[in-house]
Amino acid sequence: MKHTISVLVENHFGAFDRVATMFSGKGFNIHSISIGETEFQELSRMTIVTSGEDKIIEQVVKQLHRLIDTVKVVDLTDQQRVERELALITVNYGKGQRAEIIDLCDIFRGNVVDINPKTLMIEVTGPPDKVDAAVNVLSPFGIVEMARSGRVALRRGDQPKDIKREYSSVV
Amino acid sequence: MSEQKPLLSGADIFFECLKREGVKHIFGYPGGAVLKVYEKLYDVDYLEHILVRHEQGATHAAEGYAKATGKVGVVLVTSGPGATNTVTGIADAYMDSVPIVVFTGQVPSHLIGNDAFQEADIVGITRPITKHNFLVRDINDLATTIKKAFHIASTGRPGPVLVDIPKDVFGGSAYFHYPETFDLKGYKPKVHGHYNQIKKAAQVLSRAKRPLLYVGGGVIMSGGSDELSLLAKENNLPVTMTLQGLGAFPGTDPQSLGMLGMHGTYYANQAVNNCDVLVSLGARFDDRVTGRTDTFATNAYKIHVDIDPTAIDKNVVVDLPIVGDVKHVIAGIAAEMKNQQDLTEWWDQLNGWKEECPLHFETEDGLLRPEFIIDKISKKTKGEAIIVSDVGQHQMWIAQHYKFTNPRSHLSSGGLGTMGFSVPAAIGAAFAIKDRPIVSISGDGGFQMNIQELITAVAYKLPINFIIINNGFLGMVRQWQELFHAEKYSFTDLSASNPDFCKVGEAFGIPSYCTDKQEEVDEILNKAFDRTDGPSLIEFRVVKEDMVFPMVPSGASISDMIVKRLNPKRMT
Ligand SMILES: Cc1ncc(C[n+]2csc(CCOP(=O)(O)OP(=O)(O)O)c2C)c(N)n1
Repeated sequence: MKHTISVLVENHFGAFDRVATMFSGKGFNIHSISIGETEFQELSRMTIVTSGEDKIIEQVVKQLHRLIDTVKVVDLTDQQRVERELALITVNYGKGQRAEIIDLCDIFRGNVVDINPKTLMIEVTGPPDKVDAAVNVLSPFGIVEMARSGRVALRRGDQPKDIKREYSSVV
Repeated sequence: MSEQKPLLSGADIFFECLKREGVKHIFGYPGGAVLKVYEKLYDVDYLEHILVRHEQGATHAAEGYAKATGKVGVVLVTSGPGATNTVTGIADAYMDSVPIVVFTGQVPSHLIGNDAFQEADIVGITRPITKHNFLVRDINDLATTIKKAFHIASTGRPGPVLVDIPKDVFGGSAYFHYPETFDLKGYKPKVHGHYNQIKKAAQVLSRAKRPLLYVGGGVIMSGGSDELSLLAKENNLPVTMTLQGLGAFPGTDPQSLGMLGMHGTYYANQAVNNCDVLVSLGARFDDRVTGRTDTFATNAYKIHVDIDPTAIDKNVVVDLPIVGDVKHVIAGIAAEMKNQQDLTEWWDQLNGWKEECPLHFETEDGLLRPEFIIDKISKKTKGEAIIVSDVGQHQMWIAQHYKFTNPRSHLSSGGLGTMGFSVPAAIGAAFAIKDRPIVSISGDGGFQMNIQELITAVAYKLPINFIIINNGFLGMVRQWQELFHAEKYSFTDLSASNPDFCKVGEAFGIPSYCTDKQEEVDEILNKAFDRTDGPSLIEFRVVKEDMVFPMVPSGASISDMIVKRLNPKRMT
């Protein structure tokens, strides 16, 4: 099963690499990682999508905690959350297909962000399954190139503001 | 900024920090990137720099120092090859949770990434084998980084920390300020276990009919041996130890079942198989201990005490995890124990197993065997020596037959199983421990892996007894070849290509002895152990094809233990 894990890491040299090295060293799967700024200047948030049995996920979370640069680790999978992904998709269009593609794009609330005589570039944002669906619908036209951002996610509702580890038992 | 404060060089700051950390010994080797440090070292009198002969030797020496004392071992080497030579020792320290700090020189900041002369990305290389590592990019961060490095290495589950320092940082200048505190947001090791869980553990353990304490290196690291003795003695509990746990509880005590696992005693493994409550204290259910995990202590209620949450439920799922410093948790459990069950029946069973299959070795045929020698050393030193083993059969025989009476006395590479550990680790220990004999015991294979460090022992007049158990084979590998690889003794016979070890010793200026006779063992040991102003060396030529038993084959169940050679060979 896929899990979405949110990790606050200190903005230190090599912190991202440390997380990636841990995943490869332990043989854990990574489906996507995104990383970016947060409300704290000295912290970045990584959103990691991984998969495995519960026992593995428990190890993933513990091993993430164990890294010195990680400040907070939360498995969001069973929590109320908002998840978003962005995809840029360039598709071919044949004669008469342009309008059809743009219509489809509207259904997904996508935007056409670039156009030239042979291809259209579409931007789709939303929950990952919506992005998947958009990709499925567009693929018969011939996807020329695609870039997906990987997920970002946040818990819904009131969030405690203090940056202490949820998991107090840490080494 | 206070005007009075003088500007210090990076090298000065480096030593000021070490002084404040109470460092007394550094194991090192000079080179281009650390020349500034060595220049300064010339005038430093508050700590001793020990010149090794290979950087791997420096890291193992630091490990030996740390394992014997619990203090942080310190290493200083140059960039590139100096740094990469430390990798095996760092990995070894990582696997066995040994607190060491390794300082590596690095090429000047502006050349990093340029494939400069003697550049290696040591921070990248060691990322998966350090507890943490740092590249110091600004001299103003140097002092704080060093402070953090010592803190991280020595607290929580200890481990190696590497600090990479570019040449220009050593050469630069800054105002020195050693911070009192620092902020490591993501690192707050938990010391005290959860009270309710401790109470529950005590309840379960009190009610157990067939309890067993399974003790690992964590008990020694946390300094919890006294607490362990209290818990075990007051409640009459049997104790079995892992390779790293040996010495946590006296091997001479009738309540000790010795080591468990692949080459553990028959009775310890039987106890594991039959216990109803298993309390793991600072151990990690390593595969060499558990064999097949689905058949490991299947009927037991398992309690796991460890400071590292990742150790819990990693290999074996337990019923009651307690995260905390083992020493504190044991004390807590001991305090909560009430109305202990009568264990007579359990002890009858345990003693029955002891009688049924004691540790045994053949002496009648007059041949010299490693077990005989180790037994002699154990008795001669009353179990009080520091025994530094290498890796292989002799290591297992030491674990079985040396009756350790004190913690921090059995120094051995367990997790990584690094041949070549013994000689340099004994040297490291010898700088810290002056009141007990230090015995380095290696096989003929492993002895040759850091043989260059013999001269370090000579140069510093360290009274180490270097013992080589020469069976003419890479014995442990030979054993597996005999048992599991169709007796194809592929590249494990060294007998025709070993050097003359006594001559090697003499070339290094070490009084050296050799024998293949049982009768001569005492006399030679006496001679060697009498030497206090420098090392001695003994080569024992032992039978060639002995195997270590009992043995639980890799991946098998503990109950599939082989207790002795099924098809006895003529042994010459
Ligand atoms: C650096 C290293 N290389 C290879 C091995 C694999 N290995 C494990 S035990 C062993 C044999 C050791 O032989 P020896 O040192 O003669 O000791 P003995 O087993 O005969 O007591 C070998 C090669 C190892 N543990 N470490």
